[in-house]
Amino acid sequence: MAQVTQRARPLSVGPLKASPPLGAALALLGMDRSIPLLHGAQGCTAFAKVFLVQHFREPIPLQTTAMDQVSAVMGGDDHLQEALVTLCGKNRPALIGVLTTALSETEGADVQRVIRRFRADHPEFEDVAVVPVSTPDFSGDAETGFARAVTALIDTLVPATDCAGASPRQVNVLAGQHLTPGDVEALRDLIAAFGLDPVILPDLSGSLDGHLAPARLSATSTGGTPVEDLCRMGEAALTLVAGAALAPAADRLQALTGVPDLRLDTLMGLAAVDELLVALSRLSGRPVPPRLRRERTRLQDAMLDSHFMLGAQRVAVAGEPDRVYALARLVYEMGGEVVAAVATRNAPILERVPAAQVRVGDLEDLEQLARQGRAGCLITNAHGVETARRLGIPLLRAGYPQHDRLGGFQRTWIGYAGTRQTLFDLANLQLESAGHHGVAPYHPLHDHPPVEAPEHGPATPPATGCPA
Amino acid sequence: MKAGEIKALMDEPACGHNTAAKSGCARPKPGAAAGGCAFDGAQIALLPVADVAHVVHGPIACAGNSWDNRGTRSSGPDLFRRGLTTDLTEQDVIMGRSEKRLLHAIRQAIETFDPPAVFVYNTCVPALVGDDVGAVCRAAQDRFGVPVVCVDAAGFYGSKNLGNRIAGEAMVEQVVGTGEPPPPRQAGHGGRVHDINLIGEYNIAGEFWHVLPLLDELGLRVLCTLSGDARFHQVRTMHRARASMVVCSKAMLNVARKLEERYGVPWFEGSFYGITDMSAALRGFARLLRDPDLTQRTEALIRREEDRIRALLAPWRQRLAGRRVLLYTGGVKSWSVVSALQDLGMEVVATGTRKSTEADKARIRDLMGEDARMIEEGNPRALLEVFEQTRADVLIAGGRNLYTALKARIPFLDINQEREHAYAGYEGMLELARQLALTLESPIWPWVRGEAPWDEQGWPHTAPSAAEVR
Repeated sequence: MAQVTQRARPLSVGPLKASPPLGAALALLGMDRSIPLLHGAQGCTAFAKVFLVQHFREPIPLQTTAMDQVSAVMGGDDHLQEALVTLCGKNRPALIGVLTTALSETEGADVQRVIRRFRADHPEFEDVAVVPVSTPDFSGDAETGFARAVTALIDTLVPATDCAGASPRQVNVLAGQHLTPGDVEALRDLIAAFGLDPVILPDLSGSLDGHLAPARLSATSTGGTPVEDLCRMGEAALTLVAGAALAPAADRLQALTGVPDLRLDTLMGLAAVDELLVALSRLSGRPVPPRLRRERTRLQDAMLDSHFMLGAQRVAVAGEPDRVYALARLVYEMGGEVVAAVATRNAPILERVPAAQVRVGDLEDLEQLARQGRAGCLITNAHGVETARRLGIPLLRAGYPQHDRLGGFQRTWIGYAGTRQTLFDLANLQLESAGHHGVAPYHPLHDHPPVEAPEHGPATPPATGCPA
Repeated sequence: MKAGEIKALMDEPACGHNTAAKSGCARPKPGAAAGGCAFDGAQIALLPVADVAHVVHGPIACAGNSWDNRGTRSSGPDLFRRGLTTDLTEQDVIMGRSEKRLLHAIRQAIETFDPPAVFVYNTCVPALVGDDVGAVCRAAQDRFGVPVVCVDAAGFYGSKNLGNRIAGEAMVEQVVGTGEPPPPRQAGHGGRVHDINLIGEYNIAGEFWHVLPLLDELGLRVLCTLSGDARFHQVRTMHRARASMVVCSKAMLNVARKLEERYGVPWFEGSFYGITDMSAALRGFARLLRDPDLTQRTEALIRREEDRIRALLAPWRQRLAGRRVLLYTGGVKSWSVVSALQDLGMEVVATGTRKSTEADKARIRDLMGEDARMIEEGNPRALLEVFEQTRADVLIAGGRNLYTALKARIPFLDINQEREHAYAGYEGMLELARQLALTLESPIWPWVRGEAPWDEQGWPHTAPSAAEVR
């Protein structure tokens, strides 16, 4: 539907995207007792760490190989091996993700070879899984990195098996980067409501859900998907794939295990959730539970209540392709118009965004397109605050980062209940900004100011009052 | 207020409801009554006077449950939106302290907000226990040197309509005639400037600002709108107008009538909804003011504006033409909105006439034909039945029926005073068209009307068994 246009400007103004290693680190933080290790200069890790710390308001265990001047030129292999040894010796994590960066990729690092050497040199650490992910900063965005990390986790840790359906109640879930910890939890609840047993990869709801762990200090993630769970993914009856960006990971999982999959590009909106629940009901042989049927009627009611505000809403949306698609789709289903859509990178799903065009670009593109399209509200991450202010329209925060608010990381967007809340919030934005679109006060030329001069009016107090 | 005074107010000679058969407004039927009380009506009628401190003398229900819930807008002061009440307690009532509390409340309002006047609304409890609110108001006015107007409108006096009338009466008896307008400035067009009043115009969603620029252009100086976006000093000068228009309302006819009887201000009834009525309203002023130059300029302006708006409406007419409307509103709007909808090419299949007079009904027949369907009884069930029978596409009614319509999965447009959109004037037609298209063309209808993809027990339709899936 949409025509996708690439940026033509040399300068990116108000970058929309975060880097691929940051996205990959996020995916790895959804694994239990894991440490993402960025193979690059210290800054690569430091920036990503601050970004995630501010978003989640949590300590984020990210490590660095701390490449320096010598290793940048002569090769960083020793730095990587030393980092692996140090992390294993000090923290004994269940998993280390080795994420390359623009620096190490440019230098030409052969991470696979270093990991083989590390395995040979240090058999005492064989219980620590090491997953290499190629995530040069100059290729893609955080969603790319996230997807590559999921593919790498499957590649490295899921054994090739031929026992699909051996655990008939098991459902694998590949959970995309556009899902918040709250979304992942909602998805788990939906699946569990049918008596099914979800194995979620990665499971941000177990690690970055903002819980207080018993241990006062942890150098690894404190929750998420256990590494062992990946070994049994081949036994599942079905894999749910949430997000088009995870298609390569889904292909890989299917090739390794033969488990059939159901790919859902969005989990927002009545139709999408209907499709999911029907699939779960058929798989489980159980009816849709009363609570979910009730939630469906609530969503319908919210659609009725909000259609007055959303039917004419002109929305500008920006973010990673899967998130842009899901939000634009919801706006469209309510009768609103996506007048500006900006994505961090090109992806096949952008062609299906219900908008005339999708620009691959930055916040400056968003601002221009939103102004041209006379957008009434903006949906993007917290970097859009100033954009929204300059445009004089309200902002709904979605995506990474949301450093200026508490709780944004946890909000649930999906399912009947999450969709309903999203409709309410969008409608409220419209109501709040209604004053801007109302009739402007008119001050007549033939006005009628109060008269102070005594010749035109009686002396105060005037002769008014209740008749006796 | 004495029973005799209420009865006198109910008997409004200028009102078409005053027939031989009955005089004034019908008595509400216990158990089957909808609508507000006299206090509600009085407050609605006067609250838009924006710079006045409106003090509600009563327990918390009267102000606490009703303040700041209407769409009327001000171009300046916002004191009217503050919500001021004496919030009477049990002790006040038992110990007879409510009069004292009222006096102190008025003082506090004056000291805090420095208003040009205070309006005090009497309510049921003080009326019942015998507070002399009028005396307190006079004492406060003497003591504090600010006009304090007593609006004696306890809820049990009667209906909302009566309350409107009480409010109008309070203005005519206590405020109008106490101030003089300044001489008008020279008109831009070189012609004469005429002073006019608008009675019963509330500037909902700022819609009067669609109309005011046109009045301005014609050299019509609005001395006062009672009461949308009005100021206290403007109400005082209403007696100096040369013509009044009663806008979409039977309730404040008493104001227009008394201005005519006492000060010789002629008046007419009209509406700003729809192209036809908007033009008729402008012609109404020209007719009463008897200024040939004004008549000529009015006709020129009407031609210009009608051409302009019809061009702008053309694409909307294409989308809305032939769609069937069930209109359920009251009084003057039962016909004034019909003409607006017909201007859009829509078909009005039935209209509500609960508060309409015989004259209103005659106009409906003029517009909709002899066998126009009129709905007297407007309970939700009856309304939905008529909607089905007439195969209507959209229901236009007051906010009270909004959720009735939505629960029945019916497109809806809110036409009454709580609404957020400005429909008056030529410009308002565009907004009306926009809002109608918005609800009629919303893609949600199949989704909210359709069945879930599973049966009543939650089993998906044509579901393969769990074994088949495996």
